[in-house]
Amino acid sequence: MVKRLIQKGYIGLVIVFLYAPILVLMVLSFNGSKYRSKWGGFTFKWYRELLENEKILNALWTTLLLALFSALLATVLGTLAAVAMNRMKKLPKAIMMSITNIPILNSEIVIGISMMLLYFAISFSLGFTSVLLALTAAHMPYVILNVLPKLRQTSRSTYEAALDLGASPISAFFKIVLPDIFPGVLSGFMLAFTLALDDFVITHFTKDAKVSTLSTVIYAETRRGIEPEIYALSTIMFTAVLVLLIVVNRMKAGAAKKLAEQQK
Amino acid sequence: MNKREGRLAKQNRLRQHLLSTPYVLWSIGFIVLPLLMIVYYGLTSRDGGGFTLENLKLIWEPTHRATLWLSIKLSVISTIICLLIAYPLALALRALRLKSNGFVILLFMLPMWMNFLLRTIAWQNILEKNGVINMLLSAVGLPKLNIINTPTAIVLGMVYDFLPFMIIPIYNVLSKIGDDVIQAAADLGANYFQILWRVILPLSKPGIVSGLTMVFVPSLTTFVISDILGGGNILLIGKVIEQKFKMANDWNAGCGLSLVLMVFIFICMAIVQKYDKDSEGTSVW
Amino acid sequence: MKKSLLVGALVLGAAMVLGGCGKEYKNGEVVVYNWGEYINEDVIEMFEEEYDIEVVYDEFTENEDMYPIVSIGEVNYDVVCPSDYMVNRMIKEGLLAELNYDNIPNIKNIDPKYLKSAESFDPGNKYAVPYCWGTVGILYNKTMVDEPITSWSAIFDEKYKDEILMIDSVRDGMGIALKYLGYSMNTTDEAQLEEAKELLISQRPFVQGYFVDEVRNKMIGEEAALGVIYSGEAIYTQRENSDLEYVVPEEGSNVWIDGWVIPKNAKNKENAEKWINFMCREDIALMNFEEITYSTPNAAARELIEDADIKNSTIAFPDEETLNRCEAFQYLGETEEVYLEKWNEMKTTQN
Repeated sequence: MVKRLIQKGYIGLVIVFLYAPILVLMVLSFNGSKYRSKWGGFTFKWYRELLENEKILNALWTTLLLALFSALLATVLGTLAAVAMNRMKKLPKAIMMSITNIPILNSEIVIGISMMLLYFAISFSLGFTSVLLALTAAHMPYVILNVLPKLRQTSRSTYEAALDLGASPISAFFKIVLPDIFPGVLSGFMLAFTLALDDFVITHFTKDAKVSTLSTVIYAETRRGIEPEIYALSTIMFTAVLVLLIVVNRMKAGAAKKLAEQQK
Repeated sequence: MNKREGRLAKQNRLRQHLLSTPYVLWSIGFIVLPLLMIVYYGLTSRDGGGFTLENLKLIWEPTHRATLWLSIKLSVISTIICLLIAYPLALALRALRLKSNGFVILLFMLPMWMNFLLRTIAWQNILEKNGVINMLLSAVGLPKLNIINTPTAIVLGMVYDFLPFMIIPIYNVLSKIGDDVIQAAADLGANYFQILWRVILPLSKPGIVSGLTMVFVPSLTTFVISDILGGGNILLIGKVIEQKFKMANDWNAGCGLSLVLMVFIFICMAIVQKYDKDSEGTSVW
Repeated sequence: MKKSLLVGALVLGAAMVLGGCGKEYKNGEVVVYNWGEYINEDVIEMFEEEYDIEVVYDEFTENEDMYPIVSIGEVNYDVVCPSDYMVNRMIKEGLLAELNYDNIPNIKNIDPKYLKSAESFDPGNKYAVPYCWGTVGILYNKTMVDEPITSWSAIFDEKYKDEILMIDSVRDGMGIALKYLGYSMNTTDEAQLEEAKELLISQRPFVQGYFVDEVRNKMIGEEAALGVIYSGEAIYTQRENSDLEYVVPEEGSNVWIDGWVIPKNAKNKENAEKWINFMCREDIALMNFEEITYSTPNAAARELIEDADIKNSTIAFPDEETLNRCEAFQYLGETEEVYLEKWNEMKTTQN
């Protein structure tokens, strides 16, 4: 009992640590002063102004699209790559693994500039697609890194048993392997999504004038002071996701309970 | 081997090729080619374009050596702290036996959906002389803490920013370890710490290795945290590389330093993976 | 199923955004690359309506972020707003197109004294039209210092240990030390640079931190007594905290000018000139000044300022005598790297 309490307390502590600065951002979104170091009274002003701020709303939309699509692409390609790599012989596997690690090991500015040079060399014009591809390439290794350990934990014999029983490799993959590695796939997707949501450097070097994301807007604003509308937007985004998360979790728990009762 | 098995093996190889070809092509286009550009710039001189090792030797300049050393020190400390926080946390989360993995992952990922720069700036509000912590401290009559603009603040920032990268892979592997394994060990008379040390820890190595990589590398190359929370008092290697590209406009030097850093990280990771026996040698070295 | 619906909706949305659903503009477009938050956004719409030209507006954080993008030329910007030394560099590297002043009659609104000072980085005013300008100086908190600050010596004084926010920018930081020692901010003499470095090393123990953008917030929040800052921020910060005072030290300082230039690879040069001309119109310059509070070189716009305090503010518009003490940066080629080296040596010295 005490042990459980300590466990829960510890989890709570880490969560407080991770969410503390977000609480600060939320408080700042109601700050009457434009400056973070001064409290200028409580206001809803920034929320009203956010709704009229086309620049920020456009950037939000572009950011979400880029993050979602690059994460989806990275997850699909990355999972396939992980499965393929898991079956490779030792040497090719080692080579592919080392190549996979490269984007993780490079500083972002090097990735960004080398991507720009690549696009320049093949005269691929910059825009939404170029950013999308660059982000996918940069974040796919994180998916692979998350899926591979799961694959290693999976036993190959179940998959082979399914094949022996006449399942096609594709349906065996979807029915046997995927459910097993799904947590890894999911966390890989989440990582890729998170990294893309936050990326500045790679986007900066691979975008054209028409693409602007939240990060590029925020970085451009640091010199003159960040518009408090950004704090308001962060608060809304955060609250929305949190509420969604809790609702979905409750629904799942409710469904599970119902199921358990029915089985009784 | 009978005929049928031979045909199956052939089919398997074909399938294997079908499966791996897209990724091999992709990595040539988006990883190897850009890398070759970095290697090309890193090994050629700025004015003539001839082959040179000068850009690699730059790392031995006293200032660069000092920045590299400091960066390594801070990122190693941050990585260890992350591991020490994340492992017990993952154990505790496992003990909760939550039905859905997704909830835990989202819970620890969600803070990172807020812009990194904004969160780092917000930490200033917490740590500053007149910040939240010091306000709380002086409210209860305790002396003020001086954290902002010190190396402590940088480490704190790094731990904060990269902790989720450690938590998630470790939690992922821990949640996969079956209770039967642990029960078996307990039945054989192992106590809690023996189980932890002999059973759980070895089984979770792949997750630890992933976590170590994903925390160590970004904290080695970051500099925004040091600029904002460390008061720019400390120069880190990531900043030096950035300066070479942006201020000095010396891409050759920037690529050269990046190459050295990359090789260094590769070696570190190879050493870490040596301890991960199950990995079947996932790296060339 | 729901998931695929969601994805479908997003794809559709993306297609709509990428396909563009905006209105048609008769006279094409102009692609503008400016500093973040460095314009009154209403002005952009006014330009679009008056000229029937679509403005594609993009922002950068610092000169060094803008430079590689423009110099590689993967993206074609029509009009960019770099600072003096960057203009100088881009001219030297042949990246800029000469302006056709026939299309920029409003140049008459620009005070000749700024055009003259712009000649230090753009001889003959061939390439750049000044947009904003300012100085670098000390922002200090009257209640936290013993006497009015007049000299750079304050930020090198042990008395203010841990109360000093130094600027984290190579040319600005080295420049301040050079000025304090009585040298030029554009010196290429290594001995002088070494001396400046030693001075900065001796200053290190007294400095709370090196910042660029955060000085503003930290000074308002009274985290420090003294901070090095750009004049354009001073008016704003004073409004938030009336104890703050801005001074251009007596030894002199940096005067900087940001100007509109047209890259050689611009696709819509005439539209770009229309844009520059529009920016020089007095009412537009006034709107911009009132929004961003960085000093305008536009004499006609200054006449229109209603608030006498601002119109005669010595922060926004320092007198001739102060300006004569100040110097504009020039691009120093290879020597820039020596500056960077010395600055980094200072940063890695532990005292």
